[in-house]
Amino acid sequence: MIPATGRREFLKTSGMLVVGLHIAGTPGGNPIAALFEADGPYPDPDFKQLDSWIVIGEDDTATFYVGKTDCGQGTGTAFRQMMSDELDIAFDKTACVMGRTDITVDQGGSGGSDAIQVDGWPMRRVAAEARRVLLDMASAKFGLPVDQLTVTDGVITAKSDPSKKITYGELIGGKRFNVTLTGRNVDATTGTARVKAVQDLKMVGQSPKRYDIPAKVDGSLEWAVDVNLPGMVHARNVKPPVAGAKLLGVDQSSVRGIPGFIRVVTKGNYVAVVCEREEHAIRAARQLKVSWQKPPAPPFPTSTDLFDYMRGATPTSSTRPVVVGNAESALANAATIVEASYEVPFQGHTAIGPAHATADPSNEQMTIYSNDMKSYGMRNGIAQFLQMPRDRVRVIWLDGPQGYGRTAADDAGFEAAFLANEIGRPVRLQWMRDEETAWDTKGPAYAVKMRGGLDAQGNLVALDYEARAADYNHVGYNEPDTVLIAQLMGMRRATPAGGSAATPSDMYAISNRRMAGHIVSLPLVWETPLRTGNLRDPNGPQSTFAAESFIDELAAAAKADPVRFRLKLLTAGTADDEGFRRQRSIAVVNAVAEAYGWDARPSPRARGAGRILTGRGIAYSFRGQTIVAEIAEVEVNRETGHVWVKRLVCAHDCGLVINPEALRRTVEGALMHGLSRALHEEVAFDGEKVTSVDWNSSPTLTHADTPERIDVVLVNGDPNPRRPDLPHYGAGEAACKPMIAAVANAIFDATGVRLRRVPFRDARVLTAIKAAAG
Amino acid sequence: MSKMALKVNGAVHTVDVEPSTPLLYILRNDLGLHGPHFGCGLGQCGACAVIIQGVATRSCVTPVSSVKGEITTLEGLAPPGKLHPIQQAWIEEQAPACGFCQNGQIMTAKALLDRNPNPTDAQIREGMNRTLCRCMTYYRIQAAIKRAAKMMAGKEARA
Ligand code: FES
Ligand code: FES
Repeated sequence: MIPATGRREFLKTSGMLVVGLHIAGTPGGNPIAALFEADGPYPDPDFKQLDSWIVIGEDDTATFYVGKTDCGQGTGTAFRQMMSDELDIAFDKTACVMGRTDITVDQGGSGGSDAIQVDGWPMRRVAAEARRVLLDMASAKFGLPVDQLTVTDGVITAKSDPSKKITYGELIGGKRFNVTLTGRNVDATTGTARVKAVQDLKMVGQSPKRYDIPAKVDGSLEWAVDVNLPGMVHARNVKPPVAGAKLLGVDQSSVRGIPGFIRVVTKGNYVAVVCEREEHAIRAARQLKVSWQKPPAPPFPTSTDLFDYMRGATPTSSTRPVVVGNAESALANAATIVEASYEVPFQGHTAIGPAHATADPSNEQMTIYSNDMKSYGMRNGIAQFLQMPRDRVRVIWLDGPQGYGRTAADDAGFEAAFLANEIGRPVRLQWMRDEETAWDTKGPAYAVKMRGGLDAQGNLVALDYEARAADYNHVGYNEPDTVLIAQLMGMRRATPAGGSAATPSDMYAISNRRMAGHIVSLPLVWETPLRTGNLRDPNGPQSTFAAESFIDELAAAAKADPVRFRLKLLTAGTADDEGFRRQRSIAVVNAVAEAYGWDARPSPRARGAGRILTGRGIAYSFRGQTIVAEIAEVEVNRETGHVWVKRLVCAHDCGLVINPEALRRTVEGALMHGLSRALHEEVAFDGEKVTSVDWNSSPTLTHADTPERIDVVLVNGDPNPRRPDLPHYGAGEAACKPMIAAVANAIFDATGVRLRRVPFRDARVLTAIKAAAG
Repeated sequence: MSKMALKVNGAVHTVDVEPSTPLLYILRNDLGLHGPHFGCGLGQCGACAVIIQGVATRSCVTPVSSVKGEITTLEGLAPPGKLHPIQQAWIEEQAPACGFCQNGQIMTAKALLDRNPNPTDAQIREGMNRTLCRCMTYYRIQAAIKRAAKMMAGKEARA
């Protein structure tokens, strides 16, 4: 709740923010810092108060307070579209404040592509409620029933007498609504007003430009990394050179001569240096003499031996298999049996900008400036970690480099807060490139064994999926006992949280099917750079690479066209779920084939004699209720092994589309991220440490890899026209799911060579081509 | 420490730092210019690019003492309150995702277009290749460069 005394402060702050979001930063100044001087404490905004969500300004603007974060996919713009529609106010009279724990309700920040799918609803409902309240106020004012009033762009007019009109700002600008909402939790927040029918939404479905982009291209945006506070000092971590090493001691004298040197801070195996200037902190971190004791046993196998290790390890746990019919007996009776094993290495977030945060311990409070996508979790976690009352801790979310899950931004926030607490001054901490690439959380490695059986007519009669995932200690978001600094300080949970060994997502009707998963652990469980965490659809690209490559192998064994083979499996069933996922899968697979201009034939194609071989591959999957099918067209250089994905087509169905142009770009980004993981990405390690530490040893997709053409087809049709439109589902992740498989299938089509180990770097492809040629 | 004069975006600043300090930290921390970003500190990604004498220069590996000539940062591409056609093209094309790398993309594109006002697709790929984006917005960046080239040609024709 906003206390009455703090109300003016609140409105002032939010008013300033509205302005702050639109003004360009001035070189040398720091407009953002100037806005955040409230002294605290910082109680939670009450989600049951309409004032916590929407503020109408005297200037007829509306500011929306959203407890989500925008990682560069335009979710803030989408919220403004949905809410301006419900409120009946012009889009350009609205602003959006996101992710600040002191003035926005805890909606969890970002994750699971749920911003639009889940949080879109309470935001639409509170905006509809504000409209209802404003209409009631106008009704009392004019002495006319609400149904005698109309509202357009924030102006309420009497139907009978257009001279009777009043604006939202005139009704309530700068004042509280004082309206209580209901709901058993934040997601269920509602007033008594109803949201509009899809047909009545005007901004939804249009493509206003993202409001955050201009300041990102003219250099005026103040990013989380730019926060510069009076008295602020700079810190850098010193990581163990060998995973699991124990700190024996530091030689302070080795850095004492560095100008502006303040302190070496150590606790357990955590080591950091603090200096007045950034370049000196960097030098001190490099120069500091530290003695470490190597762990008694190697922390992990080498990346070359990883998959043998995983296959040989005793699982720490196994998921209960998903079983339909009896795959074993159907395999025993099958006319043709196909078997294959697939491997996906650890892959990292490797953000373009290393993890960072600034923490300010002024006024006995702790303010953390962070781009972490879950600012609310960070606030709670840091309060626990520092044993401070929650209401003395706040996180100010600001833009940062890409966040597609549990990144090291979590860790940096805790580290900066810890150091600020130790030093008693604002501390800005940033990881270095080698640290980021080696130590950020990793998407789990997968080894999958698949078996399938075809009958004499080439029908798929049995399918068996058995995955092993190196995902034993999967760290959650902002947990005070699993963030890296806590691990290095020796904090331990009795049992790690545990990850998953996921099964694929498809709507194929296969009468005998078994899907099983096992989790395996590497020797070193804590304090390891190979800690796993969520990376954009955390298991989807791995499980789908295996599953959708194998469907292609089965189609090839059946001498069937890969699109038709899939459609046959989709149309074989009759059952569907409440989101009509099976019917929508059929529509999406058909749409991608049509948009590409797919000619039905089995793979591989007849090979030409030239240096460049071309081919195309399809893969399909879903995440939640969002369905995707993708076709990659490749050129493979048979002399160098180089693969260029020349064309990409994606058919995508995420229900109701809020902003088609922003959605297209989000989908393109996910496709390209999948492409980078298909062609380049792999965490390399020897028996002691991660050895992929920069952009040479940890390559990524580049401009040169970019497809010549990308088509994104937004299907988004309910197959039954008599039903109302679908709701808005999530779109941040699904499109990266089938990408690796689509590329592998295209390479097979072009070359006849099946790649079952990711990534498809030149050397691996060339070796495979040569091996196949004999 | 030693005193040095730096001309940045038309203004001269005096800084008192060690000569070996990478230019990036001085721009960001002393001059408050936050267009250039730290990405790798190794000259591998381009996030820190500025333009010095027409060349997109990676300020994270440029000792401040080695700078000869005026430095232009993202903030200085256009007069205050105005946008350079490249920046306009970036907005039209809605090129950025998170946007963190876009300083490098825009500054590298600027130097490229100054050298070659009408680059082919292959020249764009080649010229931009070592400028990395982990949101993988390359497809839109390349479209934005072509759009900017057209806008800039149009402007010159009118001038
Ligand atoms: S930060 Fe300078 S090239 Fe990467
Ligand atoms: S836009 Fe996010 S790294 Fe390029």
